[in-house]
Amino acid sequence: MEQFDYVVLGASHAGLEALRAIRAHDADGSIAVLDREARLPVSPTVLPYVVSGKCSEDRIALRERSWFDAQRVDYRQQAAAAALDTANARLRLADGREIGYGKLLLATGAAPALPPIEGLSDVRFHVLRTLDDALALRDVASKAGRSAGSAVVLGAGLVGMHAAENLVRAGARVTIVEMRGQVLPGYFDAAAAARIEAVFRDKGVEVLTSRRVKQVAARDEGCRVLLDGSEARDADLLLVAAGVRPEVSYLAGSGVSVERGIVVDEFMRTAADNVWAAGDVVQTPSFFGDGTPAGGILPDAVEQGRTAGMSMAGDPTLRPYPGGVSLNTYGFFGRRALSVGRDAPEQAGPEWDVLVRGGEGARGYLKLVLRDGRLQGIFGVDVLFDPGIMWELILRRVEIGAHLDALLENPQDTARALMSGLWR
Amino acid sequence: MSATPTIAFDAARCDGCGDCMKACVSAKSTVENIAQSRIRIVRDEEAGHWGVAQCRQCGDPRCASVCPAAALAKGDDGIVAWDAERCVNCLICTAGCTFGGIAFSADEHHVVKCDQCAGAPQCVSACTRGALRYVTAANVYNRWGELEDLFVPGLGGCQGCNTELIMRHTLRRVGPNTVLATPPGCIPGMGSVGYNGMLGCKVPVFHPLLTNTASMLTGIRRQHKRKGRNVTALALAGDGGAGDVGFQSLSGAAERGEQILFVCVDNEGYMNTGAQRSGSTTYGAWTATTPIGDSARGKAQDAKNLPLLMMWHGCEYVATASTAFMEDFYAKLEAALDASERGFAYLHLYSPCTSGWRFPSESNIEVARKAVETNFAVLWEYRREQGLTLSRDIDDPLPVTDYLKLLGKFRHLDPAQIAHIEHHVAEQAQVLRELAGMRAREGKRIVCHPSDSMAVDLDQ
Repeated sequence: MEQFDYVVLGASHAGLEALRAIRAHDADGSIAVLDREARLPVSPTVLPYVVSGKCSEDRIALRERSWFDAQRVDYRQQAAAAALDTANARLRLADGREIGYGKLLLATGAAPALPPIEGLSDVRFHVLRTLDDALALRDVASKAGRSAGSAVVLGAGLVGMHAAENLVRAGARVTIVEMRGQVLPGYFDAAAAARIEAVFRDKGVEVLTSRRVKQVAARDEGCRVLLDGSEARDADLLLVAAGVRPEVSYLAGSGVSVERGIVVDEFMRTAADNVWAAGDVVQTPSFFGDGTPAGGILPDAVEQGRTAGMSMAGDPTLRPYPGGVSLNTYGFFGRRALSVGRDAPEQAGPEWDVLVRGGEGARGYLKLVLRDGRLQGIFGVDVLFDPGIMWELILRRVEIGAHLDALLENPQDTARALMSGLWR
Repeated sequence: MSATPTIAFDAARCDGCGDCMKACVSAKSTVENIAQSRIRIVRDEEAGHWGVAQCRQCGDPRCASVCPAAALAKGDDGIVAWDAERCVNCLICTAGCTFGGIAFSADEHHVVKCDQCAGAPQCVSACTRGALRYVTAANVYNRWGELEDLFVPGLGGCQGCNTELIMRHTLRRVGPNTVLATPPGCIPGMGSVGYNGMLGCKVPVFHPLLTNTASMLTGIRRQHKRKGRNVTALALAGDGGAGDVGFQSLSGAAERGEQILFVCVDNEGYMNTGAQRSGSTTYGAWTATTPIGDSARGKAQDAKNLPLLMMWHGCEYVATASTAFMEDFYAKLEAALDASERGFAYLHLYSPCTSGWRFPSESNIEVARKAVETNFAVLWEYRREQGLTLSRDIDDPLPVTDYLKLLGKFRHLDPAQIAHIEHHVAEQAQVLRELAGMRAREGKRIVCHPSDSMAVDLDQ
């Protein structure tokens, strides 16, 4: 049986960052990276741009093979995990081979979640998580566009919104169905979401919020989507973008605890000895310690990967993972929306402050959310600021104090001045 | 990963004139809009100072780690480069950077960042106040990093001491063809003397008496020469082993012009044995033998200026250096090594002592820097042919108290003592200024009057 000091399962952002962190501290330990894909690693986040044709599929690899060689890492493709035996520190692969590990990182990411919709398994539909998904979607999207066909997108998250934009740009008639009350729920506050939604409507996209799909049925090449309230939409193309679920099928009976994702502590350690987890496979604790949705955020996956890698290698400069903060940069129809952190709760007490600039009709929208004088969230549409600095201001619990008005007026320069004084 | 040049910002010198931003826009942007500058000078009204937002060219750039399109990568030149072909304009890099170093440009419709103008940053050239500096010191670390470290891992210095840095870097450059003498002091105390290349260092090393270091090196160098071998005779000594107990042999070897490279690591006292005073201990300093009490107020005498004393020996080369100014130190080490082929070369290194001077272990380099910036320790260089040159400007020093207040050994100073130190520092600076002014150079030659014949016929 082969044996490695470190085994990293998965080669996306979390796994790659963990690899970097391990090598930064341990120059000699043997490392294997096992990727279930048959090609160089690709970020799920880049896939909408493959669909739109903005990037070609042969120029999106996160790392070349030479990079793994330079790191002296044994990088293997088509190596999917089938079972994990934590008692004997062994991983069984789908092809039956076994690999022993000193320390193991689970960074297997997530797969599209399929909502329990009647008839879904009997129709052709698309998802967008892998490059194969993207290539398939690119083909049918351009076909649907050329023939001015119709498309239905289930879910108004980032994947769904990106895809809807691509489809409408290609010439298709697009309907988005979102069961929650706004587009991009969990990413943007209702006011920002309303602005984004208005842009989509302007471009001819039908946006149906607070609506559910009851049933889908095959119809010709495509399908018929039956909504609650017994309306229906015909779709030449159906895209299911209803979120993701962690890829944990191989963990049954392993002793690794799984709830909404793998349960980890602040050093990304799982319940099993010598097993860490990071990225979309993890149940990310919220930085705010509340029910704020966390996880599925690319920069967060990188932070988790770094924390896990440093912890695995025993790097003494390791610091605990602070918890997830929602963080998004979203471009749509040449415009930009940015969000960091959380919105105020509906019944906000006096410790909360919410400041808004740019009401109805104004070009830019900006909202600041503070609690006890400390930044909790910032949401902007067509207003520029540095999300990375805002993220750090939130994590450091910086008191905004007398800078509040300036921050609302000119968030970019004000936050940069704070940064320059605090951690430059 | 190698170290690379960086652009440093000194808020105290910035007056917010914005010339750097104008220079950046004209060098980098297709749009004449100050908002397109890759360097942003920002005002913090609350704190009352100027700040900067600019790419740091991080060692492990998070903008690159979070880029889903592999459009950002740190190159061998140290620059985090942006690839327009790969960029998908998702702006996630701006979420990865906590320094505002990469931001979306509304005019250029993509993210923009600093690339240091291929080694000649225009913002730095435009800054007339010295608030921006292009620091290339990292280059010497890269060059030195390729040389073999001739000390074994695990020297046992005190936490935060800069002597290990001095020892390792010196021997890396001087190289394996060396015989090293380390007289009693912190340096052998850290374990410089070992055997088999497994302990101590990987060149022949010996432990002379405090008194005879330069004499023994004299013999070793001469004997090797006699055998036809050109070996560098190197001493790494403390200030006691050089200027006090060791001074007789040092002075003799210097005066005879022995071909020796003598490095004095000056921590201003006998720190290895419990921080007793030495001739290099400065006025007012606490040591174990110059205590603070009802009548005693630290050392009552000024330090002797050992490097100046060495200069008057007419050495081939004498210089003072500091680990806060590594490029300067490296240049002087090169010159000293070269001079030791011709005669006596003496290099005097200021070595703040974390334990004996009583300051936090993480601030050694900062203490060393302040010593230089306040003129407490002046950096200069003497070559026999050219005379004395100041290594940096000493006409606009920081207040001496900026240095004194960093150190526990000066905590008791009263105003009269501080005034004494300020006067002494100014006086030493003036002496050096005048020495630098009288060096022989073009247009100002040394005048001598050779006589036609000897007044006395020695043969008779």
